[in-house]
Amino acid sequence: MPRDPAGLVRSRPQPAISIDYAGSTLPALPGQSIAAALWAAGVLSWRTTRDGRRPRGAFCGIGVCFDCLITVNGRPNQRACLVPARDGDTVTPQEGHGRADLAR
Amino acid sequence: MPTSPAEPPAAPYDVAVVGAGPAGLAAAATAADAGLTVALVDDGPRPGGQYYRHPAPGLGARRPQALHHGWPAFVGLLGRLRAHRAGGRVRHLTERQVWTVQEAHDHPGRWTLHTAPTVPPQAAPRPGEPTTGEAPHETVRAHRLVLATGTYERQLPFPGWTLPGVVGAGGAQAMVKSGLVLPGRSVVVAGSGPLLLAVAATLSAAGARVPRVLEAGGYLSYAHRPGPLLRNPGKIAEGARHAAALARRRVRLSTRTAVVRAHGTDRVTGVTVARLDEDWRPVPGTEQHLPCDALAVGHGLVPQLELALELGCQTRTAPDGTPAVMVDAALRTSVAGVWAAGETTGVGGAPLALREGELAAREIAAAARGASAAGWTTAGLRARVARLRAFADLMAEVHRPGPGWTGWLREDTEICRCEEVDAAAVRAAADTYGATDTRTVKLLTRAGMGWCQGRMCGPAVSCLAAGSGRAPVSADRRPLARPVPLARLARLPEPAPPRPDEHT
Repeated sequence: MPRDPAGLVRSRPQPAISIDYAGSTLPALPGQSIAAALWAAGVLSWRTTRDGRRPRGAFCGIGVCFDCLITVNGRPNQRACLVPARDGDTVTPQEGHGRADLAR
Repeated sequence: MPTSPAEPPAAPYDVAVVGAGPAGLAAAATAADAGLTVALVDDGPRPGGQYYRHPAPGLGARRPQALHHGWPAFVGLLGRLRAHRAGGRVRHLTERQVWTVQEAHDHPGRWTLHTAPTVPPQAAPRPGEPTTGEAPHETVRAHRLVLATGTYERQLPFPGWTLPGVVGAGGAQAMVKSGLVLPGRSVVVAGSGPLLLAVAATLSAAGARVPRVLEAGGYLSYAHRPGPLLRNPGKIAEGARHAAALARRRVRLSTRTAVVRAHGTDRVTGVTVARLDEDWRPVPGTEQHLPCDALAVGHGLVPQLELALELGCQTRTAPDGTPAVMVDAALRTSVAGVWAAGETTGVGGAPLALREGELAAREIAAAARGASAAGWTTAGLRARVARLRAFADLMAEVHRPGPGWTGWLREDTEICRCEEVDAAAVRAAADTYGATDTRTVKLLTRAGMGWCQGRMCGPAVSCLAAGSGRAPVSADRRPLARPVPLARLARLPEPAPPRPDEHT
């Protein structure tokens, strides 16, 4: 049996929840951050930078670098590594400053 | 819009502790043991800080200790904390960040801590509702303050370090410890410092393949000053335990070696590694390619000093080149009424942090009681702290970045991740416009002006501005410890002027 983090700590998680990410439904475990749920689904980048439009995701993992900014339920610039995933969240990849709505 | 709450009528706490990692937990539990009332403020949802970071209850981890060393010490602290919370002596404010501290002169309780939730409420805003994320404010007043604010990781940029899949070594460990997730299947671990060994052991135990651990310094350097090592046999055992864990998983450690480039377009697909000379200059012709799908990288830790600097605490440059709060043998800072413990006083690891937290609380308890004969009660603890600090200083010196690391930068290597400022721009600020410090580089190039406020690029900018990769990390003052909406700032009460008999 392949080793994994859940096996290492003998995890017996509560039933999975689901979040909507970029139009598709992803499972998440209760208590995981949005970044952890995305990593678990193999998604490593969910933001593009303002100038170079380059892909970014979680980097420092503890809320210091702000590289993992993401739009959660319409609120831009949330730190995915800190925000817990909640059942039914709509999570949107963030482009640039995430404030395109203000330019309309 | 609700208005800001008035000054809370509750009596001030004897002690406010900022940070619930090893040092803060030990300080809070010990102070409460001594009969003091304690407010423990922490940005995390659960106590433990980064070191004892562990999964949320929903993940049902039955053996969280499999990701940890020293777990029994943590369980002991949690038990004491729980008892003191039940007894009303400790209030633990979770998921709150202190963004500023004000000193009061006109009411009891010298320090007022202004806090905001780490994560703003996530309910979807209704149409027309502002999306600033401004969150409820809470203040805590206390007579004495313990800063146990921990660290973040020091990053040294290299070509490709902004690619997805390149993550902080501590970041990768944090994501495993709390979220039970890995950044990839095959993770190279690189940088410098003993944390790399712990990270490699964790990732490997959690199922990742770790093709190589690359340490830019050299472990042999420890032997040049055997004194601190011999006086700390626990540290030898810790090193041996990591070495054994890595050997068991067939993880190879290369010293005096670094990742000089990460490859990939949308995510990392491999890295180029090179030998370094004594000064951390890459040796031409030694490059080697290692395939991987993630890279965990970091060059030691930097104390988080926002609150300490704001309060005016004096700092020193630790032997690893990072700024640390200066404290005396009783862990008093240069500001009366403010103590510091743990990594805030210089990076030294959890065992030292636990003892410093305990020591700070015992000194405070003695000061609170006005006990003049308290010295002997803490003498033993002070000696243990001094012994561990001597080892921490050796460790800091061994892993301090060498002057030549800037040799692996290319002109287009991004230095500031937030504002996308490259090495050419930062060098131009230094060489053409004469900038010699991070602040001037920031004003000229925007490096350090973004969301992270220079926490990621600061160490590198310090080096480029000084023209040496060994330059100390600048102790940058940030007026606020975290971003807050302007509306919140506008409502901050004007601090009362000091009475004439104070600060003379």
